[in-house]
Amino acid sequence: MIKAVPKPLEEVLDLVKDFTKVLIAGCDGCVTVCEAGGLKEAKVLASALRLYFTQAGRQAQIDEISLTRQCEKEYLAQLSDKMDAYDAVVSLACGCGVQYMAEMYNNKIIYPGVDTCFLGVNEERGLYSERCQACGRCILAETGGICPIARCSKRMLNGPCGGSDAGRCEINKDIPCGWELIYERLKTLGQLDRFEKPVDPKDWTTSRDGGPRKIVREDLRI
Amino acid sequence: MSVTTPSKLQKMIASGNLAVTSEVGPPRSADGAVIEHKGNLIKDYVDAINVTDNQTSVCRVCSLACCIRLKLMGLEPVLQMVTRDRNRIALQSDILGAASFGINNMLCLTGDHQHFGDHPTCANVFDLDSIQLIQTVKMMRDEGRLLGGFEFAVRPQMFIGAAANPFAGPNVAMRVSRLAKKVAAGVQFIQTQCIYNLDKFKEFMKLMVDRGLHEKVAILAGITPLKNVGMAKYMQKRVPGLEVPDSVVRRIGGVPKEKQAEEGITLAVEQIQELKEVEGVRGFHIMAIEWEEKVPGIIDRAGLYPRPQLA
Repeated sequence: MIKAVPKPLEEVLDLVKDFTKVLIAGCDGCVTVCEAGGLKEAKVLASALRLYFTQAGRQAQIDEISLTRQCEKEYLAQLSDKMDAYDAVVSLACGCGVQYMAEMYNNKIIYPGVDTCFLGVNEERGLYSERCQACGRCILAETGGICPIARCSKRMLNGPCGGSDAGRCEINKDIPCGWELIYERLKTLGQLDRFEKPVDPKDWTTSRDGGPRKIVREDLRI
Repeated sequence: MSVTTPSKLQKMIASGNLAVTSEVGPPRSADGAVIEHKGNLIKDYVDAINVTDNQTSVCRVCSLACCIRLKLMGLEPVLQMVTRDRNRIALQSDILGAASFGINNMLCLTGDHQHFGDHPTCANVFDLDSIQLIQTVKMMRDEGRLLGGFEFAVRPQMFIGAAANPFAGPNVAMRVSRLAKKVAAGVQFIQTQCIYNLDKFKEFMKLMVDRGLHEKVAILAGITPLKNVGMAKYMQKRVPGLEVPDSVVRRIGGVPKEKQAEEGITLAVEQIQELKEVEGVRGFHIMAIEWEEKVPGIIDRAGLYPRPQLA
C-alpha cells in the first residue's frame, strides 16, 4: 500500500494560518492503514488547529471529515455541497488524492497534509518499509521475489556492489543489502544459476522515465 | 581476454610481465595543471594511469577531460566511468568521445552512492549498473552498435576493465560468483579493492583458479599504502566493504608517528612481494590516495621498476 507520514504541524499551520474556515479531509484508504491521514488523524489535526486559532485569539471554523477514497470521483463528489463553506481544504490523502480533489474543485485551495513516501508494507505498527517502485514491468520472478529496484540503493540489476558490508547497505547500516537478500533467497530456492547470468539493461519506459503513465484496460471499459 | 585492442596495458598483461597501474584523482577546481603534474610524477613507473570519476561522489574535474590531457601528454590513461551520474546516452557518448582521442582502456563501475559525497541531496541515475556498462562497451567495440540499435563504422577500441571486492559481503564464494558474472559480460581486466587481508584474498584467488576464471580475466591486485594509524583505523571502521585486520592497525600504530608513513610504505611493498607469488595475479594497481608522489618508490622497492619496454 501507499505509505505516508503526517506533515509537521508547523508546516500545516503556516499553510492555513490566514484562513478562517478550513476543512481537514482524511481518506479511509492507505493513509488510514499507516495512521497518517485517516479520520483519527483528521480529528487530531483539526483539534490542534482549533487550539492554535483559539490561542491566537482568532475566530476560525475547523471541521473534519473522511472520505472512503480520495482517488475516486464518486467519493470526492460527496464534498460538492460542502466546499463553498470553506476557504481551503487540507487533504490528508496521498498525493493522488490531493491532486484529484484539486482537479474536481478547481477554484478551491487544496493543500496536502501528509508527505507521501512509498509503496510498502507494515512490518509492525509504526514501522513501514518500501517494497515496490512501480516500474511497470515486474522482474520478481527472476530475483527470488525480492526487488532490486526498490531494495538496492543503486537499483542495480546485477548486484551486489562492493559496498555491501555484513549484509548491510553502504549508505546506512539499518538498510539490508537487497542483493544479499536476493542471493540468499536464490540459494534457498535452488536457483543460484540465475545469479551468474548478466541481466541486460532495463527498458525504463514503463517507469517514470516514460512520462506520466496511464493504464487503458479495454476489457474493463464500457 | 580474447579481443585484442591497441591498449598498452593489455599488451603488457599479454606479454606475461606483471602489469602495474596507478591512479590520479582530479582536482576540485578547473586547474588542469594538477593532473599534468600527477601524471608526470608516476608516468615512468606504470603501464597505465587510471583517472577516477568523481570518486566518493565528490564533484571534481571529469575523468574524460583528464584522460584526454594524459593522452595528449603521450601517456596511457584508463578512463574510469561510474553509472551513478550519467544515463546510457551520456555514457555511450563519453565512450565515443574517449575513443575519438585514442583512449583504449576503461574501468566500468557503478560508483559510490551520492550519500557519501558533497552533493548528498542530488538525484542519482543508475540507468545501467557496472555489468551492463561492460556489456555496453563490449557491444560498441565488437559489434559497432549502440544500445539503441544504431550501427556505426569507427568502433571504440577499449580494453575493458572493472573492479572486484573480495572483502565485501556476504562471503568470498559469492564475490567470485559476481566476478564470474562480469567475465560473462565481457570484462578483460580487474583492479581489486585495496587488499590488507592477504589470507582472504588468497582464498578468493584460489576459488578463481579452481573455476579457471583467472585465465579469462587478468587480476591486478589493489594496493593502498597507509599514511598513518589514523588512516588505518578509518579504513577499518568507516569504509564499507574494506577489511583491515587488527594486526595491520597494530603494526602501523606500533611505530612512532613520524615513522608511520614509512612503515605503511614498507607494508605495501611487502604485500606486493607476497602477492606476486599468488597464482592468477597478473599485476598491481597502486592507489596512493592523494599521495601519488610515493608511487614510484613503492614500485621501485617492490622490484617492478624499470618497466619492461615492449615493441
